[in-house]
Amino acid sequence: MASITGSVEIEVRRPRRSVVVGVVLVVWVAAYFVLRGIDTLVLGGQETTALHRWLNDHRDDVGQGNVFFDAIRIAVDHFVVLLQNLVSQPSFDRPVPAIGWLGVVAISAYCAWAFGNWKVAVLTAAGLGFVGVQGLWQESMDTLALTVAAVLLSLLVAIPLGIWAGLSDRAFKVATLVLDLMQTLPTFVYLAPLTLFFAIGPAAATIATLIYAAPPAVRLTAHAIRSVPPESVEAARSLGSTRGQTLTKVLLPMSRSTVVVGINQTIMAALSMVTVAALIDAPGLGQTVLKALQTLDVGVAFNAGLAIVVLAIVLDRVTTAAGDRPWRTANRRRRILLAAGGVGVLVAVWFSRTYVWAAEFPSQIGIGSQIAKVASDVTNWVQDVFGGFTYGVRDAVTNGLLNPLEALLTGSPWWLVTVVVVALAAVLGGWRGAVPAAVCLGLLVATGVWQDSMVTLASTLLATVVVVAVGLALGVWAGRNRRVDVWIRPVLDAGQTMPPFVYLVPFLALFGTSRFTAIAAAVVFAVPVTTKIVADGIKAVPVATVEAANSVGSSSWQVISKVQLPVARRAITLAVNQGLIYVLSMVVVGGLVGAGALGYDVAAGFAQSELYGKGLAAGLAIVLLGVMLDRITQAAARRTQNFPSRGDKQ
Amino acid sequence: MTAQLEYPDIQDTDALLSVQGLWKVFGPKAQRVPHRPDLAALDRAALYKKTGCTAAVRDLSFGVAPGEVFVVMGLSGSGKSTLVRCLTRLIEPTAGRLIFEGEDLRAADEKRLRALRRSKFSMVFQHFGLLPHRKVIDNVSYGLEIRGESKPDRRRRAQEVIDLVGLAGNEQLYPEQLSGGMQQRVGLARALAGDPDVLLFDEPFSALDPLIRREMQTEVVRLHREVGKTMVFVTHDLSEALKVGDRILLMRDGAAVQLGTGDELVGAPADDYVRQFVRDVPRADVLTLRWIVRDPRPDEPLDGPELGPDLLVREATRLVLESDRPVKVVDHGALLGVIGDEEILAVVADTN
Repeated sequence: MASITGSVEIEVRRPRRSVVVGVVLVVWVAAYFVLRGIDTLVLGGQETTALHRWLNDHRDDVGQGNVFFDAIRIAVDHFVVLLQNLVSQPSFDRPVPAIGWLGVVAISAYCAWAFGNWKVAVLTAAGLGFVGVQGLWQESMDTLALTVAAVLLSLLVAIPLGIWAGLSDRAFKVATLVLDLMQTLPTFVYLAPLTLFFAIGPAAATIATLIYAAPPAVRLTAHAIRSVPPESVEAARSLGSTRGQTLTKVLLPMSRSTVVVGINQTIMAALSMVTVAALIDAPGLGQTVLKALQTLDVGVAFNAGLAIVVLAIVLDRVTTAAGDRPWRTANRRRRILLAAGGVGVLVAVWFSRTYVWAAEFPSQIGIGSQIAKVASDVTNWVQDVFGGFTYGVRDAVTNGLLNPLEALLTGSPWWLVTVVVVALAAVLGGWRGAVPAAVCLGLLVATGVWQDSMVTLASTLLATVVVVAVGLALGVWAGRNRRVDVWIRPVLDAGQTMPPFVYLVPFLALFGTSRFTAIAAAVVFAVPVTTKIVADGIKAVPVATVEAANSVGSSSWQVISKVQLPVARRAITLAVNQGLIYVLSMVVVGGLVGAGALGYDVAAGFAQSELYGKGLAAGLAIVLLGVMLDRITQAAARRTQNFPSRGDKQ
Repeated sequence: MTAQLEYPDIQDTDALLSVQGLWKVFGPKAQRVPHRPDLAALDRAALYKKTGCTAAVRDLSFGVAPGEVFVVMGLSGSGKSTLVRCLTRLIEPTAGRLIFEGEDLRAADEKRLRALRRSKFSMVFQHFGLLPHRKVIDNVSYGLEIRGESKPDRRRRAQEVIDLVGLAGNEQLYPEQLSGGMQQRVGLARALAGDPDVLLFDEPFSALDPLIRREMQTEVVRLHREVGKTMVFVTHDLSEALKVGDRILLMRDGAAVQLGTGDELVGAPADDYVRQFVRDVPRADVLTLRWIVRDPRPDEPLDGPELGPDLLVREATRLVLESDRPVKVVDHGALLGVIGDEEILAVVADTN
C-alpha cells in the first residue's frame, strides 16, 4: 500500500517541480528583456572597488612581518631550497646540483624497486630519462623537489590527523566535515588567500600544495584504520596490548595498503597543484607551461605538458605498485639484491658528483625542440585542415548557447539574478539550497566582481550540462557492460591524474584562445570523475533487481530508465555535484587562455600589484560560486532521496 | 534515588572465577538500568521502548571451577559473546562483581588488567582475529612479544605450542595461506602461548565446516586433557556444548535460563525453552543410568548384574537388554535402584 501511494506521489511531484522551474526561467527571460542593462554591476578590467583597494593597502598587514607566518614561510622555504640544492639548482659552491641526473635516476629507480617492483623501477628510470632528453631536466627536478617537499610536509600532518580521526569518532566527524568542504574548493582558490600570509614564491606554493594535497591522506588513513576488522583489534587487546602496541603492531600494518592509496592521491594532487602554483611564482614545469600558454606557443607548452604527464604516470604507477605489494615480501634473496642495489646507487651518486656527464643531463641528445616543433606543426596543420570545422563548432556553440546564457546572466540586474537563483535553489533543494544560495550571492555582490562571476557561471553551467550528458551516457554504458568498464577505466584514471593545466594545451591548439577552449577543456577534465561515479552507481544496483526487471520483459531502455537510473539516483546527483566542481575549477584555470572573467582576475592579481586586491576578491568569488553550486546540488540530492515510500521516521 | 546493589557475599572458595550479579547494558545512561528494580524487571522489548537501552547480560551469577570447561550457550543475540568479553573487561560491565583468584577484576586499573590479560587469560575468536601481515609463528608469539620476552624465548615457546596444536611445518606461512581450520589452530596456539590460567573461546568453530568443526572439538578436548586449563567456551551449538563442556549455562535474552551439566539439561530441563533446546539431542549419548533408575518392584529378582550410576545409557544398552533380569545400579556399595528393558528402550527410542 505504502509503495503504491509513494509512486503516485512521485508521478505527481516530478512534473510539478519541473513546471515550477520552467515558469521561473520563462519569467526571468521576460524580465530580462524589460530590465536588461539595469544594475548589472559592470567593472572594467583595470577598475577596482573600494574593497579591492582596501585589500591592496593592507596586503602587507597580515603576512609580512608577522612572526608566526614568517617563521613557517622561512622554515618551508629552507626545506624547499635544500631539496632544490640536492637535485635541481646549482649549490654548495658548485655549478651543478649536489646530486646529478645519474644519481637522481638511480635513487628514484631504487626506491621504486624497493617499495614497488622492478617493472616500475624500469618505468621510473625511463620516465626520468625521457624528461631529461626533452631538455626539461632542471624544470622537472624543480617540480619534483617542490612536490616531494609538499608531500612530505603534508603527510607529516595528514597521517597523524588520519590516525586520530580513525581512532576517535568525534575527530572523524569533524574531519569529514572539514574535508568535504575543502574538496568543493577548486585548486586555484587555495593560492590567492595564501599569498596574503606567505607572499609569492616557492614557500607559498609549497604551503598551498600541502594544504590541497593533505585531505586524501587524512581521509584514507582514517578510513583504513576504521576498517581494520574489530576482532583483530580485540584479539590484540585480549592479549594485553597497550594502546601504542595495538596501533603500531596491528592497526597501522593492517591499514598499510589503504594508507598508501591515500599517499598516492596526495602525491597526484600535489603534482597538479605544484604546476598550477606557477601562477604564484613556483619554479618548475608549470612555469614553462604557463609562459608558453601566455605566448600561445603550443609546441613548448605541449613539450612541458608531456613532461608533467610523464612525471604523473611515474609517480602514480610507483605508488600504486607500492600499495599492491603483498604481505609476504622480504625473503633473503631479495634482501641481498636490495643491498647490492644500494651499493650500485651509491656508486651512481658518486659518479654524478664527480663527472660532468653524470651531473648535467647531456644536452646534445635533446629532443624537446623536435617535440615542440612537431607539436606546433601538427597544430598548424590541424588548424589549417580542420580549422574551419573546429572554429565553426566553437562559434556555433559560443553564439548559439554561450552568448545568450551569458547575456542573460550578465545583462539582468543583480537582484533579478539573485531572486531567480534563490527561487530555483528553493524549488530544487528547499531551504537547505536557498539559504546558502542567498548568502553566497549577497557576498558575491560585495566582492565587486559580480559580472565576471556571472561570465564564469555561464561557462560553468554550459560545460556542466555537457559533462553530465556525456558522463551519464558513458557511465551507464560502462556500468552495464563489463568489457567497456575494463577498457574505459584506465583511461579515466589516467585522465584524473593529469594536472588541469595540461588539458588546456591540446584545446588551445584546436580552438585558439576563447571561452569555448576553457569549456571544452573543462568538459574533458570533468567527464572522467562523472563517468566513474555514475558507472559505480549503476554497478551497485543489485543484480537481482535488474534480473527481476528483465524477467518481466523490460527492454534495455526500460531497465536503464526505470530501474538502474532511479536506483542509482544518489550516485548520479553526486556525479553532477563533482562534475560541477571540476568544471568550475577548470573554467577558472581557463582564464589563462582567453576565458577571461574570474580566472583572469586572479591571474592578473598575481601579475600586477595594483590589481592584487581585485584578484583576491575574485578568488573569494570562486569560492562563493563553488560553495553555492555545491550546496544547491547537495540539497537537491537530499531532496530526491526522500521518497515518501522509504518510510522516513520523521 | 537508585538503590545500591547488594551482592550476597558468596565466597565460592573453590571457584577460580566467580561472577556475581553481572550486568551489561548498552544504550544511553545504561548505569541506571541495573540499579532500578522497575527497569531491571522489564523484558528486552519493554526496556528498549522505555529507555532505549538493551541489556545484553542481565544479572548473571556463576562460578567457574579450576580445570573446568564451562560452556555458555544460547542463540545469537542471547548475550553470550558479550558475557565472555565482560569477563576480561574487553567490554566494560555495567554492574556486578568479577572475582578471579580472590581479586576483584572490576577494581583493577588499566595496567593491572593488561598484566592479567598478558598472563592469566587469553581468548580465541570466532573469526580468528589473526594479524594478516604476520607469519604464523609471529602471530603465535604476538602475546609474548608485547609482554617483552626476548626473541629466542618467544620463538622457542611459540614452536612448542605450534607443535602442540598440530601446526608444525606451517610456521613460515601467512594466515591467508591456511584453511579456516588451520587458521583457528593458529588462534588456539596464540591463546596457549602465554600459558594462561583461563582460556576463553568465543564461538571458535562456528565459522568452520562441519567436518573440521568436529575435528577441532576433539582437539580442544584433547588439549584440555593434556594442559588442563580452565576454559570458558561460548557456543550456540548444543552438541558442541555437550561434547566439550563439564557444565553448561544456557542463556536467553541476556539472562540465565539453566546452569547444569549436560545430562541435567537434558534430563531435567528447567522450562519449556530448555526442553525445546535439547529436544533433538540423542538422549542415550547424554543421560547416565542415574537418570533412569527406578525402585525395584517387590517381585523382582535382585541378583542381576551391577553397573555404576555414571555410565551412559548407550554404553549400558547392550548389557541391560541381554540380561534376563533387571540390572542393579550401585553407587559405592549402595543400591540406587534397578533398570529394566523398558527404561533403556524409552531413552534409546527417544519417546519422552
